[in-house]
Amino acid sequence: MKDTQSPELIQPLEIENVSRRRFLSNAGIASGSFVLGVQLSPAIASVENQTDEVKTSDNFSPDVFVSIEPDGQVKIICHRSEMGQGVRSTLPLLVADEMDADWSRVTVEQAIGDQKYGSQNTDGSRSVRKNYLKLKQAGAIAKTMLTQAAAIAWKVKPTSVEIKQHKALLKGSNQALDFGQLVKVAATLQVPARDQLQLKNENEQVYIGKEDIKLLDGELITQGQTTFGFDVDFEGLKVAVIARPPVVFGKVKSFDASETMKVPGVIKVVELPALTPPAAFKMLGGIAVIAEHTYAAIKGREKLKIEWEHGTNQNHQTQAHEQVFREALKKPSTVVRKRGDYSSAEKSASKTFEADYYVPGLAHATMEPPAATARIKDEKVEVWACTQTPQSAQANVMRTLNFPQEKIGNIEVNVTLLGGGFGRKSKPDYVAEAAYLADESKMPIKVLWTREDELQHGYYHSPSYQKLAATFDQNKKVTGWHHSMVNHPIGSTFNPAAKTAGSADLGQGDMMFDIPNILVDLGDTETFYRIGWVRSVTNINNAFAAGSFADELAHEAGKDPKDFLLELIGKDQAVDFSKDDYKYGNYGEDINQYPASTARLKNVINLVAEKSGWGKKLPEGRAMGIAAHRSFLSYVATVVEVSVNKGRIKIEAIHSAVDVGKVLNPDRVRSQMEGAAIFAASLALYGEITAENGQIQQSNFHDYPLARMTDIPEIQTHIVKSSELPTGIGEPGVPPFAPALCNAIFAATGKRYRRLPLKQFGIV
Amino acid sequence: MVELKINGQTQKLDLDPEMPLLWALRDFAKLTGSKYGCGKGLCGACTVHIDGQPIRSCVTPVSAALGKTITTIEGLSENGDHPVQQAWIEHNVPQCGYCQSGQIMSASALLANNPAPSDEDIDTAMAGNLCRCGTYPRIRKAIHHAAKLAKEVK
Ligand code: FES
Ligand code: FES
Repeated sequence: MKDTQSPELIQPLEIENVSRRRFLSNAGIASGSFVLGVQLSPAIASVENQTDEVKTSDNFSPDVFVSIEPDGQVKIICHRSEMGQGVRSTLPLLVADEMDADWSRVTVEQAIGDQKYGSQNTDGSRSVRKNYLKLKQAGAIAKTMLTQAAAIAWKVKPTSVEIKQHKALLKGSNQALDFGQLVKVAATLQVPARDQLQLKNENEQVYIGKEDIKLLDGELITQGQTTFGFDVDFEGLKVAVIARPPVVFGKVKSFDASETMKVPGVIKVVELPALTPPAAFKMLGGIAVIAEHTYAAIKGREKLKIEWEHGTNQNHQTQAHEQVFREALKKPSTVVRKRGDYSSAEKSASKTFEADYYVPGLAHATMEPPAATARIKDEKVEVWACTQTPQSAQANVMRTLNFPQEKIGNIEVNVTLLGGGFGRKSKPDYVAEAAYLADESKMPIKVLWTREDELQHGYYHSPSYQKLAATFDQNKKVTGWHHSMVNHPIGSTFNPAAKTAGSADLGQGDMMFDIPNILVDLGDTETFYRIGWVRSVTNINNAFAAGSFADELAHEAGKDPKDFLLELIGKDQAVDFSKDDYKYGNYGEDINQYPASTARLKNVINLVAEKSGWGKKLPEGRAMGIAAHRSFLSYVATVVEVSVNKGRIKIEAIHSAVDVGKVLNPDRVRSQMEGAAIFAASLALYGEITAENGQIQQSNFHDYPLARMTDIPEIQTHIVKSSELPTGIGEPGVPPFAPALCNAIFAATGKRYRRLPLKQFGIV
Repeated sequence: MVELKINGQTQKLDLDPEMPLLWALRDFAKLTGSKYGCGKGLCGACTVHIDGQPIRSCVTPVSAALGKTITTIEGLSENGDHPVQQAWIEHNVPQCGYCQSGQIMSASALLANNPAPSDEDIDTAMAGNLCRCGTYPRIRKAIHHAAKLAKEVK
C-alpha cells in the first residue's frame, strides 16, 4: 500500500548482455542461452532489505532475465506475485510483444524474493504502472540484438532484417532464422544504447491491447496441477496448525496438551512467543500442533486445553465503540484539506444537509487462507509461501530467527501461486510462524491457516464512521462540502500510538468536486486488533459515504443524479489539491504525470450512462444508481440496476466504465472489473466483522458470507480507449460499487441505507 | 489401511477412515487439485465426484467413499480436455484459480445430469461454490459453452 519508491518510469535503465555470467547456472537457464539482465529498480529498493549479495560478485545486478535458449524457447522472469490479477500473463506479455516472440513459445518463471528485483510488493494496483516502460525497453533491446545477430549471419545491414513471430526474416527473400538459431551470435553482442531503441507503437503490437490472450496458467489450473501455498509438499514435511490467542496481545497462561499428544499423527506441540506491540508482521503467539498430516494437526488442536490471559484489549466491543467514533467526530483532530471557509458557507447557506455513514470491519477472506512452508538446513532457510511480498517475508524471517542482516541472502523465499491476496498476503506473519516452528522443531514445517483462523486472526479493514455535510444556496447549488472520517488507523499496527488515519488520500481528501468551500478532516480513536489494508483500502468507506451523499444531494436538489455528478465535478481541469493546503500523495506518483483529471472522470460517467441506458424507462420496481470514483490513478463509474420484489433487493445489471490509460490486456482488465464488483457486492450485501470482548465473532462463511453466483448478474465493462500512461486495475473497481447499489435501492424504494452491510435490514 | 478407488486406480492408504476425504486425497494420495476453503461444506472448493455425484470432500469421511468410485479434478479427463475444461479456457474463467477445481467438478456433474441447463439451473447448481475473485459471470457463460461442446462430441 505504501509507496516507498520514487517514480521509476523516468529513471535510467540498465540492460546488459549477461549470457556469459557465472550466476546463470543457478537461475535454471540452459547453457548456451542468450540472456539479458534488466535492472528494474534503483539499487536500494527498500530500507528493510539492504543487502547486496549479487552485486558483490558482479558489478551489475540483473533483475529480470529475458533469455532465449538454443531451441528458441524464450524465458521471462515475473517478479510480481500472481493472485488472480493476471500479472504472470500481462507483464511478460509486454516483453514478448516488444521482441516479437511467439507467446506460445514463452515460459514464465516466478522470481524468488530478492532485493535485486526492486520492489516486488504486489500491492496498490501498480505492477503495470511501475514496470511498463522498462519491460518494453527490455523487449526492444532483445529484438535489436536479434536483428543484429541475423544481419551478421546473413552478412547484411540490420535494416535488411525484420523480426516477426519468433523469426528473423531477410527482406526481399524467403530466408528466415528462428530465434533459437540466433542465440549463439546474440550472446556475443553489445547491448545497444537506449536512444537507438524504437519502441513499438500501438498499431505494431501483436498481443498488447488485444483480446483473447489466453491465461498463462489457465490449462494447469483447470487440471488442478498448479501449486498454491497450501499445496507445497516434499518428503519429510510436517504440518502445523496453531491455536492463537483469541484477543490480540493476549497470551497463553497455561496449557495441557496430553489429549493432543494421543491423537495419532501428532508429533509435538510448540508454544510460540507472545506478541508485544507493535503487532506489525510478527507472530500472534499461541500453541502450535505439529503433525504428520493436516487432519492430525487439526484434531490435535481441537484437543488442546488452553487457559488464556486476554490482556489489554479484552474489553473492546465493536458495537459500543460506534459511540466513541461519533464522539470523536464532534472534535476532529486533523484538518486535511481546506478550501474557502466551510463554516461561513454554512452561515450563509439557504439549506444545510447532513448524513452519517457507517461501514463495518471487513476481512480479506482469500479463498486460500494463508499458508507457508519453511525448511532450515545448514544456515540456509528455504521458504515457500503464497505471499504478495517475498521481500518483506524474507526480512520478517530474518527478524524472527534473529538472522544476521548480512546473511539475508541465505533466506530464499519462493513464491507460489496465491489463492487470492487482497492485501492479506502482503502481511507475512504466517511466514514468520513457519520459520519459527521449523527452527524450534528442527523439522520442515508447513503452517496452514484454517478458515476460522483466517477470519478470526486477520488484519482487518477498520470499521469507520463518517459525517458528511453540504450547504446549498438559493439556486440549489452546492456551496460547501464537509467530510469527516474516523477509523482505527492502519498505522496502529506498526505504531500503537497512532490514533489518526495516516492519510485521507484514498477517496476522502482527493474528492474531485469543484465546490467553493471544502473541509476534510479526521477524528482520533484507539485500536484493539490488527488493522490492515483490504482491496482498495479506505476508498471502500470513503467512496461509499461520498458517493451516497452526492446522490442524496442530487435528490435534495431535485436533479438527475448523473447530471448532478457532472455538475459537481464542473469544468475540465487537473485538480490542484495544493491550492487547498492539502499535500496529496497521489498513490506515490507525480501529480503532473498522473493528474486528477475531471475530464476523465466525467468521461467515464458519460460512457457508463450511455452504455447502461441511464434514464431509460424501466419496468415497475426497477431502478438504477450511479457512482464514480478515481483511485489508484484510474477512473471508474458504475451503474447498478436493482429490482425489488416483496421487499427483497436483487441486483439485475452491473455496468462499469473504466479508464486505466493504455490497456495492455483488456481481458484481464475486464476480469478485474468483474471481480471488483463481486468483491464489493460481498461487502455491501454481507460483510461484517465485529468484536466482542476483544474477540472476533465471525468464524466461517456461515457468519461471514460472500456473494454467491445467485447474487450476481452479467457484468458489463466498458473500457475507455486511451493513450495515457497505464495505471492500475486491481482495486479501482471496488469503491464505486456499494454507493451505486445503495443509490439504486433508494431510487427503487425511496429508502436510504447509510450503513453496510445490507443484510442487517432484511432486504437481501 | 483403507482401499480407495481414485481416478480409476485403487490405492491402499494407511489412514483413519473417519478422516475427511479431502485430507486423504491431499495428504495421502498426494492429489492436491482438490482445495480446502472452509472445511465445513460452505464453499465447494473441495468438490469431487463419488459415483458421479458432486460431494464436499471436506465433510465426507473416507468411510463413506469405500467401495465407491472417486473422481478428482486430476482424473476428470485424460488430457484436460473435458468440455468444461475446454470451455473454461475458452472463456479465460480463472482468476487466482484456487476455487476452480471445485467449480469445474460441480459444473461437470451438473452437465452430466442436465445436458442443457438454463441460467437458473446453473445458478442453483453452482450456488454452493464460492469464488472470492468473482468469476461467476464467466462460469455461467462457460457452462453454456461446455453444454454445446458436449453436444457436438456426441
Ligand atoms: S472446503 Fe469443503 S466446502 Fe469448503
Ligand atoms: S478464481 Fe480465485 S477464488 Fe475463484
